[in-house]
Amino acid sequence: MDLAVETLDVARWQFGITTVYHFLFVPLTMGLSILVACLQTAWVRTGKEHYLRATKFWGKLFLINFALGLVTGIVQEFQFGMNWSDYSRFVGDIFGAPLAIEALVAFFLESTFLGLWIFGWERLPKKIHLATIWAAAIGTILSAYFILAANSWMQHPVGYKINPETGRAELTDFVAVLTNNTAIAAFLHILPAAFLVAGGFLIGISCWHLRKRNEVAVFRPSLRLGLWVSVLAGVGLALTGDMQGKLMYEQQPMKMASAEALWETSKPAPFSIFSYGDVNKGHNKVAIEVPGALSFLAKNDLNAELPGINDLQEQSVVKFGPGDYRPNIFVTYWSFRLMIGVGMVTAGIGLVGLWLTRRKRDLPSNPWVYRIGLWTIAFPFAANSFGWIFTEMGRQPWLVFGVLKTEAGVSPSVSTGEVLTSLIVFTLLYGALAVVELGLIRRYVKAGPEPIKPPVSKDPDDPSGDGEDTDRPLAFAY
Amino acid sequence: MGLNEFWFLLIAVLWIGYFFLEGFDFGVGILTKVLARNETERRVLINTIGPVWDGNEVWLITAGGATFAAFPEWYATLFSGFYLPLLLILVALILRGVAFEYRAKRDEERWKRGWEQAIFWGSLVPAFLWGVAFANITRGVKIDANKEYVGNLLDLLNPYALLGGVVTTVLFTFHGAVFVALKTNGDIRARANALAGKIGLATAVLAAVFLIWTQAQHGNGRTLVALIVAVVALAAALAMNRIGREGWAFALSGVTVIAAVAMLFLSLFPNVMPSSLDSAWNLTIHNASSTPYTLKIMTWVAGFMTPIVLCYQAWTYWVFRKRISTKSIPTKPAFGAAAADLVGK
Repeated sequence: MDLAVETLDVARWQFGITTVYHFLFVPLTMGLSILVACLQTAWVRTGKEHYLRATKFWGKLFLINFALGLVTGIVQEFQFGMNWSDYSRFVGDIFGAPLAIEALVAFFLESTFLGLWIFGWERLPKKIHLATIWAAAIGTILSAYFILAANSWMQHPVGYKINPETGRAELTDFVAVLTNNTAIAAFLHILPAAFLVAGGFLIGISCWHLRKRNEVAVFRPSLRLGLWVSVLAGVGLALTGDMQGKLMYEQQPMKMASAEALWETSKPAPFSIFSYGDVNKGHNKVAIEVPGALSFLAKNDLNAELPGINDLQEQSVVKFGPGDYRPNIFVTYWSFRLMIGVGMVTAGIGLVGLWLTRRKRDLPSNPWVYRIGLWTIAFPFAANSFGWIFTEMGRQPWLVFGVLKTEAGVSPSVSTGEVLTSLIVFTLLYGALAVVELGLIRRYVKAGPEPIKPPVSKDPDDPSGDGEDTDRPLAFAY
Repeated sequence: MGLNEFWFLLIAVLWIGYFFLEGFDFGVGILTKVLARNETERRVLINTIGPVWDGNEVWLITAGGATFAAFPEWYATLFSGFYLPLLLILVALILRGVAFEYRAKRDEERWKRGWEQAIFWGSLVPAFLWGVAFANITRGVKIDANKEYVGNLLDLLNPYALLGGVVTTVLFTFHGAVFVALKTNGDIRARANALAGKIGLATAVLAAVFLIWTQAQHGNGRTLVALIVAVVALAAALAMNRIGREGWAFALSGVTVIAAVAMLFLSLFPNVMPSSLDSAWNLTIHNASSTPYTLKIMTWVAGFMTPIVLCYQAWTYWVFRKRISTKSIPTKPAFGAAAADLVGK
């Protein structure tokens, strides 16, 4: 029995590490693919060289990042079966479908067209080449939708029944799974979150170059694009986060209460800015609060009553039987605040940046502006990680909310040693790859945008030519 | 044909597609150490699969996802049972994928040689382990009444499975060599052709032993047909390779892969994962499957999407249909100043 608990803990750590790591690359891939596609569109439409140089510069960084997002994604799919086989048996009827559809609809699109984009410069006609990056970008967005539909079913299961004979969950309404309001809200929240990451990335790297007045023609527009994207993403995040908060209040009130460390049922409920609590005693020692704000977030009503953790725990025992139904309050409380705080700081930096760069010819001279700009890269990544840590940890002790507990999902046939081995292997491998990736990004950022070389082929709009002209150098080669 | 039979067929098709496509990818990866004599030749090999390897690998993700959706019990037992081999495959695929993308991004010996190791081992290890895994599925593994794998790692390393691993390794290397002969020009084309002849002979011997062993122990009428197709196709591929008909040789080495993998699936049917402890505990297309409703939905999605995917993947191969040679490899690093370390100089 002891061993089973250990396997569970190790498997959970592994899931946390591989998922948070994977999701460092995913939002940058999503956001940057769209922004690179926009830059390339601007080049194709205007023919201005600095757009092409910007496309190629950001495109390279995008590809360095994409490689890791891709390969860590395979682990995500495999580990459900490897570490969580009982979960897979229980939910396969429902959960497998969006995963398979994600591969069929999104991953093929993304991978195939990205290959065409990377190697297609000067080989494909300009407009078709442009279409390939858009196809890849659409693939990344579609993949987010299907995986969020799968995850949202764990947060708010719909369109299913439990088969009393097998004890497994069975799909009864697939449309309900795909149109789950939790999934729609999560998708609408993830989109601006991805753009915030891409925006912060553009801001930071542009600032690094602009501080030395490098390539102003490329980086000033890139900076402005990043600033606008961050501000708009910030607005989008606030609106969709509010949507999610209201759904969470209805669907997972315990998660809502623990996000706030709201121990006692309150009317009106305050929004806590800082608190220091004691989980065992069920109350906070110190708290700084905004009166009524939480009531407003949850129900658009400053005076609404919100159930507290202690009451929800009692209700859960009545409903689901004896047990502890509280998530780790310290983790949920702080990840929730840090997600909002760090995300909003990024949007705030975007707003200030737009003000500072409002005049066309002028760039701020204070070096601190650029330093803060560079740090901005890290904030949205952190906000995304905190967001996922909150939403997954806040669902505990449930794996599928109200249906299956996390401890019931772990693979019974896999030993603690095996899971531990894979945890160590992946952690070391991921750590090493992170160092390599950061080194490469740094190197390519420093090198800056390349000058435009004259095209290798004579006629870029009919490069297919004919015959076996194998001696002509490739426009791009690994 | 019922839904369960249809999904068994579809998953077989996905795995066959994966081994057909990534089979030659793996082969090319292995050949970077066997066939290529210098940096430029290694780049020729890598660039024959450069634009397509990623799309090829999605077949694996789709096969995994489709198994999860259509036969969750199969997915759960297989992935948790073959834990350590799958871990190794994952590590190999991670390093290999990153290696293709990162190798050319710094123009330094140590950097490039390191990633070339990753390409070689990252191709060899999965090529071998997939063979081990599928041979074990065919042979049957220790599955108990609760559909759980109760064997250990050593149970998976039996002679039949190890031979299966060797066969997939040489078969994929042959498939890759034929592909290189088809996709390159000049000296390397001639050497790929010659090497394909040698590896093909070794493959023929090993594959014949493995497939006849399979036929003897797990065979039936259907598998015999597949066996004959595989053997004839391999012989024909060798003949076509010999007379320099590279397109035909590649098509036929592909048919060999298809027929050999098909034979394993045909020997399984209607099981998906037989138990070596008690045939009553076999995972079958019925007791491992999702509900008819899920299978129906997935049938619609697959029926609609698969042709579209096949069309645009085929188009990619058409776009990059030209042969490449050492002369078509640009002398400068693909990524310019940053790769060449001209930063700050």
